[in-house]
Amino acid sequence: MTKTMFEPSITSRPVYGVLSPGVGSAHLFVADGEGAEAVCDLFAKAEAAEMKSASHIIYMPGANGCDRSAALQALGVAQFYRAPSFASAQPRLAKVLADAHMGLQVYAAGTEGLMAQVATAAQAAGLPYEAVQMEHRGSLARRVQCVHCKGVTENVTLDPFVCSHCGLSLFVRDHFSRRIAAFQGVNIDAEDPGLVPASVERFK
Amino acid sequence: MSVGAPKIPVVVAEVVEVNELIKRFRFVRRDGAAMPIFSGGSHVVVEMDDHGTRRMNPYSLMSHPADTMGYEISVRRDEVGRGGSLYMHNHVKPGMEMVLSQPVNLFPLDARAKKHLMIAGGIGITPFVAQMAQVETMGGRFELHYSVRSPALGAYVDRLQQHYGPRVHVYFDELRQQIDLKTLLKSQPLGTHIYVCGPKGMIGWVHATAKAMGWPDRAVHSEEFLAPPVGLAFDVQLAASGKSFTVQPNQSLLEAIEAAGVEAPYLCRGGACGQCETEVLRCDGHIEHNDHWLTDDQKAANTKIMPCVSRFRGAALILDR
Ligand code: FES
Repeated sequence: MTKTMFEPSITSRPVYGVLSPGVGSAHLFVADGEGAEAVCDLFAKAEAAEMKSASHIIYMPGANGCDRSAALQALGVAQFYRAPSFASAQPRLAKVLADAHMGLQVYAAGTEGLMAQVATAAQAAGLPYEAVQMEHRGSLARRVQCVHCKGVTENVTLDPFVCSHCGLSLFVRDHFSRRIAAFQGVNIDAEDPGLVPASVERFK
Repeated sequence: MSVGAPKIPVVVAEVVEVNELIKRFRFVRRDGAAMPIFSGGSHVVVEMDDHGTRRMNPYSLMSHPADTMGYEISVRRDEVGRGGSLYMHNHVKPGMEMVLSQPVNLFPLDARAKKHLMIAGGIGITPFVAQMAQVETMGGRFELHYSVRSPALGAYVDRLQQHYGPRVHVYFDELRQQIDLKTLLKSQPLGTHIYVCGPKGMIGWVHATAKAMGWPDRAVHSEEFLAPPVGLAFDVQLAASGKSFTVQPNQSLLEAIEAAGVEAPYLCRGGACGQCETEVLRCDGHIEHNDHWLTDDQKAANTKIMPCVSRFRGAALILDR
């Protein structure tokens, strides 16, 4: 799988790197779908061998069905946990962060929505945003908040799309909220109701 | 603050000898009005008229941030420095009129932290006195580790221990007591931020130890004011204002610029804030970069200088000022 290239955009749009073994007392990985490959690539590095006994991986299959649980399980880290979805993994993630000490390294890999929500959880636990390593893999589907009704729609691939909460047609901006962990969707036919351009699949 | 904000005309209300090296000064406004509220970690620049030489030294505020009736600073006597602390110790008496800058905070607490871990060395205790008072008012969690030479020189040790109890840990060099930094850093809950203020060696030690233990850079804060070092006299030319003059051995470049009647920006006067950054138009010689602001690459390029602490040796220095 090739590393994702993103078009240059506005400053609020997050940029991602490549996971690399960090120095610390414990290591927490959260990944979805193809993000598992970024985690496997990290553990393929020689320096990562000694991290395994202090590593905890929380994984959920992608919304596209991609499930690499077996590869992660085969890594032999101290703890591997497979969750059906991010929402179901959230209480565990919050508990792990609440019990952790400084020195913990946090890694997120996979879709943008997943990484953003991990970063938000880490910040709620008091870690600086910059302390979370992130690597994008897999789908470009976006987590989008409707700026009108505030509802969040997951896995948005079309632009414009219909808000799953209030039903407005939304144009997906590159403007991203770290606090809400979502891109912003703005009503596209506010001035000329009904005049909605055809949707295109912008985020595969 | 050099630009915009008016200075604060004050009168010295109280001078207290804390120990043989440290004196505490309390200032109130001459017009009796309230001081601006400050946040813990702020400093003010104190202006002194040292027998014709104008000195402007930054000192951390150590009074309670909610006390708007006055500001307090503590000054450690420095026998070998340029004389600012000696002036404060020998000449500043109650009733004297002085001028302070507005408070500026280059060392604020990070409100997102779950816990504040403060590490002080010697006179570096002063910003923490205000910060602890602030955190306590807000109901936050903190711990102070304060290292000092001897019980006799341990400014405020008793007062802090009495008030904050087991949250204050004191280490005396003379009794061979040392902060066990590795153990301390290993046991901190996630979301802890470190603040360190003290001698250069201590600041470097804390940064390096934290980094090696996986602490994010953004969770480790430090403040070190540099006193402008003394050095050899050198000549400087200001292109924009068309002035040339000599910077004296015990004068900083910034002070010399001000003495020449040229308005120059500054905030900390200690090489930390970046406000005084000045373009170098010509440099035939060597700039002694003494600041914490410019990157190593910028220093090597010799196209910028921080006049509050940096000096020059060589044939010609021309600044865009
Ligand atoms: S005035 Fe702050 S760096 Fe010079």
